[in-house]
Amino acid sequence: MAVLVYAEHNNHQLKSETHKLVNAATKMGDTVHVLVAGANCAGVAAQASEIAGVAAVLVADNAVYEHQLAENTAELVHSLAGDYSHIIAAATTTGKNFMPRVAALLDVVQLSDVIAVESADTFVRPIYAGNAIATVQSSDPVKVITVRASAFDAAATGNSAPVSIVDAVFENKMSAFVREEVTKSDRPELTAANIIISGGRGMQDGEHFAMLERIADKLGAAVGASRAAVDAGFVPNDMQVGQTGKIVAPQLYIAVGISGAIQHLAGMKDSKVIVAINKDPEAAIFQVADYGLVADLFEALPEIEAGL
Amino acid sequence: MKILVPVKRVIDYNVKVRVKSDQSDVDLTNAKMSMNPFCEIAVEEAVRLKEKGVATEIIAVTVGPKACQEQIRNAMALGADRGIHVECESFPESLQVAKLLAKLVELEQPGLVIIGKQAIDSDNNQTGQMLAALTGMPQGTFASEVVVEGEHALVTREVDGGLQTLKLTLPAVVSTDLRLNEPRYAKLPDIMKAKRKPLDVKTADELGVDLTPRVTTLKVTPPPTREAGIKVNSVEELLSKLRDEAKVI
Repeated sequence: MAVLVYAEHNNHQLKSETHKLVNAATKMGDTVHVLVAGANCAGVAAQASEIAGVAAVLVADNAVYEHQLAENTAELVHSLAGDYSHIIAAATTTGKNFMPRVAALLDVVQLSDVIAVESADTFVRPIYAGNAIATVQSSDPVKVITVRASAFDAAATGNSAPVSIVDAVFENKMSAFVREEVTKSDRPELTAANIIISGGRGMQDGEHFAMLERIADKLGAAVGASRAAVDAGFVPNDMQVGQTGKIVAPQLYIAVGISGAIQHLAGMKDSKVIVAINKDPEAAIFQVADYGLVADLFEALPEIEAGL
Repeated sequence: MKILVPVKRVIDYNVKVRVKSDQSDVDLTNAKMSMNPFCEIAVEEAVRLKEKGVATEIIAVTVGPKACQEQIRNAMALGADRGIHVECESFPESLQVAKLLAKLVELEQPGLVIIGKQAIDSDNNQTGQMLAALTGMPQGTFASEVVVEGEHALVTREVDGGLQTLKLTLPAVVSTDLRLNEPRYAKLPDIMKAKRKPLDVKTADELGVDLTPRVTTLKVTPPPTREAGIKVNSVEELLSKLRDEAKVI
């Protein structure tokens, strides 16, 4: 059966989540199609057609899809659903926003944040902030699924799948885009970074995050934060790693001044190597850290920077 | 206008959950239960809109076993005017909860539904969006700011990469993110008063919603445990371990 993958992109650049979704999709069905919905997104469609394993790319290129408003996007995906056994999107704020709407329009249950595919109808997903793992079987005719991209490897590139146009235009009169404030950063995105260095309440002040940024620049890393650091106003909330922020699984995660609350661990405990730097030897973060350093971060961070 | 606020009874967020040894589910026996933290934020936002004169009445709704009435009373102590409890033996799937809520929206005709973005037990993040779809309402998910201006709501949303503001025509569904507000605590006199506020009990049958599950849980297991790590004594040792042993830098 065919699987429809909703491409994650910003109208210019296809996001790395999409490659991981395609890999997840190949475990669910034998044909994988990618839908690119946006405005002036032909370049994104071309990038999607290069992903190995993709049989076709569908492009809905229209101003009504520019900001991927849930109302319009859900109707579009719903209109295409008849040809597919599975519809999947990344468990990002975009996917989480419109996919349940698709599921309800189709009168099916959605499976959120899937981390493994056991068979075409059986999936694995974390519950209770990752403190339990549920294996669930869906009896619905169409499986509507959001996928935790960090749990899957990226599919290779080197393909040239045919690209076809979807003409359908769904424009609702109830919701309209007003403005956005994008956080500027030259560093890799949190969810795609191989190395992440995160600060917590122990950083004491937003200005001290500059110490993490200098190390991040040397390592080519992204900078993250705990909810405590975000709530204290040190850094913007899109840097938050945790159950209610971003879920990451980099090769190396360095937690600095982070105690290791359940909500934070839910966002990073699948990282390959975890390093904790904390002056409290009893901090919960040391229970999951591969390498722990009990030290004052204000002494340790300059030393690390000098040692790289 | 009326505001409808769905609230869910969940295990308290500070409790470390245990998986049952037969792998059927997590063990909630004797566990402390509370209102889902995102629902508290939803109640608080509704109460603030009433205090500003935007809302005239707040209706708190819950779906689940009889014990959920505790959370409805809690919402009333915080400022909800009345409650509706849709009583069922267990907690239905989010699509079914959305269908039940859609029936209540039809009956009550609220101008706004404010719901938590996700429940910390199932971690689904679906019900609000599904309710919006079923009722044909626009949605403002993961809200960090809500401003009601006449027939519209300006909703600022927390999205990956920053913030996005949408203009929604009311009635609409808004789901709350953590930074929307700081919920207040219930005061003792308000807790006493809440006991006398009206609470209407309904059933799924009355509302005409079928609760047959679509998803079967085959097993629930504890997450894989990480192997115990080591403590290093210096930054120098840490960097050499990362270079030579873990080979990650």
